[in-house]
Amino acid sequence: MTSLVIAEHDNAELNDATAKAVTAAVALGGDVNILVAGEGCAAVGEAAAKIAGVAKVLVADDAQYGKQMAEPVAALIVSLAGDYDAIVYPATTNGKNITPRVAALLDVMQLSEVTAVVSADTFERPIYAGNAIQTVKSSDAKKIMTVRTTAFAAAGDGGSATVEAISAAENPGISEYVSEELTKSDRPELASAKIIISGGRGMQSGDNFPMLEKIADKLGAGVGASRAAVDAGFVPNDYQIGQTGKVVAPELYIAVGISGAIQHLAGMKDSKVIVAINKDEEAPIFQVADFGLVADLFNAVPELEEELGKIGL
Amino acid sequence: MKVLVPVKRVIDYNVKVRVKADQSGVELANVKMSMNPFDEISVEEAIRLKEAGTATEIVVVTVGPQQAQETLRTALAMGADRGIHVKTDAEVEPLAVAKILKAVAGEESPELIIVGKQAIDDDSNQTGQMLSALLGWPQGTFASKVEKDGDKLNVTREIDGGLQTIKLNLPAVVTSDLRLNEPRYASLPNIMKAKKKPIDAKTPEDYSVDLTPRLQVQKVTEPAERQAGIKVETAAELVAKLKEAGVIG
Ligand SMILES: Cc1cc2nc3c(=O)[nH]c(=O)nc-3n(C[C@H](O)[C@H](O)[C@H](O)COP(=O)(O)OP(=O)(O)OC[C@H]3O[C@@H](n4cnc5c(N)ncnc54)[C@H](O)[C@@H]3O)c2cc1C
Ligand SMILES: Nc1ncnc2c1ncn2[C@@H]1O[C@H](COP(=O)(O)O)[C@@H](O)[C@H]1O
Repeated sequence: MTSLVIAEHDNAELNDATAKAVTAAVALGGDVNILVAGEGCAAVGEAAAKIAGVAKVLVADDAQYGKQMAEPVAALIVSLAGDYDAIVYPATTNGKNITPRVAALLDVMQLSEVTAVVSADTFERPIYAGNAIQTVKSSDAKKIMTVRTTAFAAAGDGGSATVEAISAAENPGISEYVSEELTKSDRPELASAKIIISGGRGMQSGDNFPMLEKIADKLGAGVGASRAAVDAGFVPNDYQIGQTGKVVAPELYIAVGISGAIQHLAGMKDSKVIVAINKDEEAPIFQVADFGLVADLFNAVPELEEELGKIGL
Repeated sequence: MKVLVPVKRVIDYNVKVRVKADQSGVELANVKMSMNPFDEISVEEAIRLKEAGTATEIVVVTVGPQQAQETLRTALAMGADRGIHVKTDAEVEPLAVAKILKAVAGEESPELIIVGKQAIDDDSNQTGQMLSALLGWPQGTFASKVEKDGDKLNVTREIDGGLQTIKLNLPAVVTSDLRLNEPRYASLPNIMKAKKKPIDAKTPEDYSVDLTPRLQVQKVTEPAERQAGIKVETAAELVAKLKEAGVIG
């Protein structure tokens, strides 16, 4: 049994999601290799080699992999697949984009967003926005899966895998990268933030989000949002937490002006401590909140900031 | 160009889903069913392309039981031109759906297929990518903007860090994300007109696709229930509780 974990990275740095996928791959049993496909990504390969439990890191450094385009990256993974019994990708947008393409090319039914490895062929995964958990046994010879990173702890470091450069596979040449508009922020990214403060429709406008940002800066928190806040244009799309956005599980999640629709809960209900600030005491978010504050957020949030100041934050 | 839009009948997004006591699945009896919300977005996008003169014909296709015809009628009432119903009572996995859709594409020769990003029942998020792989076409997933550019298609995608724009050769597969558009409601006259629009009846056998599941569902269980906590009266009390819980300061 040998598994290939696909690294999530931006060519410069290895994303923490990779070490979490390694934990899932280790649970399958057998050896674990990592594939780093990118452009100018040598440092990522070095970092991947330090993850504990990894035997070998393959680095495919080529211009066609610089932006993780689905068609060339899938072709590369397929060209390597013969050596592997399992292919594991974190359920990032890259993982969700590329893995099903690989699975179909190999005639395998993908396991999406695996949350637990029961055995080498049996897995748990959430369905219906996490309102039900399915246990499925795969009869495919190869297991191809994306794994939900909040469900697996990151593998530690201290590994010393060999790093091997591999050549690029043939580019199908049917798609081309044009441009990117990335959200710039000095705050921690949502997937790894220990604390997250999110705003919903109750925020009324993007102009009010600095209220939350001030608290985020005091707490070293990331800032997220509900779909309604994104749809209304208060904040960019990558802030969205939920069934069809990002799934997070920080130590502390503070929901401000968010009602708590199941689609939102799907993305945050595994947080350790949940706080809700909402003026409607009937709001469903209070059913999952450890601490609920029924108040107008335009009073409560500035008060919260002041109280945090009083304890030296 | 001809646009093909696959639509799936799923439990309505407003329904609180309940797991069956025997752990065989979720309760589907007497539950409101609707078109998968992402598929409504796909149908809307196809209609807008037609209204803009870019699309010539919109064909909607569903794989599912008799009642899935209602889902096709909804799409026809929104403005699609005709439907294909691949009738089966079996649970069809995304890989098999993709194979059926590939065969449909082979017969229909669309230039663009707009698939939903994710079905809100199985939350698989794979059918569009699989279809595109099987056809050997490029894919523009999680699209928030689609624009025809000569003989290519520009697709803006919602990714973890923000937005990415890519250029695809046509024919192509696009999967729709929430911000692509806001779907319209069908008007009463259009609902009436839709009753006369043609729906082709097919079966998976017509396309020689093997539906044998690759994933055997062993059980379906409830997630761990989260207990509601306490209400605090003031921000000061909240901060004290959070300190006590060890999550701040
Ligand atoms: C296919 C599909 C996918 C979806 N995916 C997601 C997803 O991934 N993530 C997601 O979040 N949603 C998702 N949704 C949307 C979801 O169903 C809800 O519509 C959305 O979460 C609601 O956002 P909200 O709580 O901000 O807004 P609302 O439900 O409108 O709630 C606003 C809340 O703010 C409170 N409020 C208003 N003013 C104040 C004030 N001054 N002080 C205090 N409180 C105030 C109100 O009491 C209310 O509870 C999806 C829906 C569909 C159909
Ligand atoms: N049975 C089906 N019939 C038609 N389209 C489907 C079916 N299953 C999935 N799809 C399409 O594939 C998309 C993604 O589904 P999934 O991969 O299951 O999350 C849906 O939004 C539909 O567009």
